[in-house]
Amino acid sequence: MAEELLRTEDLKVYYYTQDGIVRAVENVNFSIKKRETIGVVGESGSGKSTLGLAILKLVPPPGKIVNGKMFFQGIELTKLNEKEMQKIRGKKISMVFQDPTTSLNPLMKIGEHLTETILVHEKVTRDEACERALKLLEDVGILRERFNDYPHQFSGGMRQRVGIALALALKPDLVIADEPTSSLDVIVQFQILELMKSLKKLYDMSLILITHDISIVSEIADKIALMYAGHLVEIAEVAAFFEEPLHPYAEALLHSVPNIQLSDQKLEYIPGMPPDLINPPRGCRFHPRCSYVKEICREKEPPLIQAKPEHFVKCFNYVK
Amino acid sequence: MAKLSFPRFVASTLRKFSPRNGVEYTFAFTGFIIIAVFIFMALFASIIAPYDPNKIGVGELYESPNFKFLMGTDGFGRDILSRIFYGSRTVLLITLLSMALSSLCGVLLGLLSGYVGGKFDTVLSLVMDSLYALPGLILAIALAVMLGQGIIPVTVSLTVVYIPIYFRMIRGEVLSLKENLFIEAARAIGAKDKTIIFKYIFPNVIPSLPIVLSLNAADAVLTLAALSFLGLGLPADIPDWGVDLRMGYGELTSKIWWTGTFPGLMIVLLTLGFSLFGEGLTEILNPRLARR
Repeated sequence: MAEELLRTEDLKVYYYTQDGIVRAVENVNFSIKKRETIGVVGESGSGKSTLGLAILKLVPPPGKIVNGKMFFQGIELTKLNEKEMQKIRGKKISMVFQDPTTSLNPLMKIGEHLTETILVHEKVTRDEACERALKLLEDVGILRERFNDYPHQFSGGMRQRVGIALALALKPDLVIADEPTSSLDVIVQFQILELMKSLKKLYDMSLILITHDISIVSEIADKIALMYAGHLVEIAEVAAFFEEPLHPYAEALLHSVPNIQLSDQKLEYIPGMPPDLINPPRGCRFHPRCSYVKEICREKEPPLIQAKPEHFVKCFNYVK
Repeated sequence: MAKLSFPRFVASTLRKFSPRNGVEYTFAFTGFIIIAVFIFMALFASIIAPYDPNKIGVGELYESPNFKFLMGTDGFGRDILSRIFYGSRTVLLITLLSMALSSLCGVLLGLLSGYVGGKFDTVLSLVMDSLYALPGLILAIALAVMLGQGIIPVTVSLTVVYIPIYFRMIRGEVLSLKENLFIEAARAIGAKDKTIIFKYIFPNVIPSLPIVLSLNAADAVLTLAALSFLGLGLPADIPDWGVDLRMGYGELTSKIWWTGTFPGLMIVLLTLGFSLFGEGLTEILNPRLARR
């Protein structure tokens, strides 16, 4: 069994807004092993991006990590100060962002982006950094000649490649990709996913892929982590998940994905709306929309239990 | 790109400033020429000035403009043309120096305040806003009275007057830039605050600086002239347009027009130069604004 890379324990991230406290991430427990890819799936506002930022301790104010612990390679991230975190970011854990048009400094050449990143963390000469930057560009499929071009001279897909090169610049152990393909068209999306797959092998790293597109997860991930309204409701091997989802939300969700083989199938949907995270429902956050709701679901938050080997679910229906 | 030979480069540059390309190029070009002429006067005052500007009695008292004294002489028999040349030296030195200092302080404080935020930002913004609330001249007078006469005190008081303008502009830009994803991305790859401020934020606020610099310089020329006019600016042995204007102003009623008119004209011209240059630049650098 591969060693554990990152583990969170009862992670809670709240946003203290004027309207009230937004409970964006609540009691999230999960872990990722070396060389593993986890797809974090959830609808907009389910807290998946916040979770990604929380791992880097970059939750923007008024957000705060209020509770819980995060361990990365045995280091307790939650105890590190800002200076120590800066050494982790980029070097150990890095991030690929959603919108490649705004995630690069418009006044910095892409080669400079890469060399700067290397120089910040490592004591190498500028020439060595340049050499490594060129190698990175090659790895992500950008011609060497474009080293001195500015971000606006690239297309969206190419810019995302630069974004990936930046995230990989220091050979991190874990890359968090926050909707890396959401602003790209389907063809480019496919290319970028293939690229990430091959780079993951080449650079020997783990990947947390945050997305709202469940089909992407089935394509690239080993495990899926399903989020609903700030709760992590299910985490399982991808194959097992698609075979037999356990959580009622997961079940309903898979029923509402169109199937290409059944042409005149009526698409199902989940009745109701995702809850307001300032006043989330008591107990299980899915209970108002759940068809298996029990009395206890309205009162108490279910624990994340292991229902099958390597298959965890946060639901009372599986509590024996 | 094909390499341009120098004459062709000059020709193409000049063509850019023809009114056909839009009035903003003509504005900027005219302003630039005016400023350049004054800079030339200031740099070579000691060569082109026909007389010592402070020497009393190089001519008769109140000689009207003639071939010996192109702009006439004043009540002490000093050559007005020479005083104007040397005056441009004083005026440009003080304006440019105070602009450099105030933009330096204003930009640094603005970057810091906008980036750090929190209590530091609140307090600094409060101070800057209260400075900004006072009319520039009133503030300059108050400071000049406190600091006394001389080139350095006047430069300092002008600097203080213009710091809030840079501060507010830069702080505003930093606040909006800070929300950009590339700042967050820089943080996610472990960039330090210093790197983020100077590599990611500062280069992105530079474009708005030259315009404000130029427009503020125009304002500073006027404020400096007003200070000297009120007798709060420079000691008598430093030639200055504002001081000469004040002397000439009293003599207007006695039909001696040249002692006041020429220094006044210079103040107007230099202000105009800076404003034209600034306005032209605004529209050139901001094409959306220009062709409404």
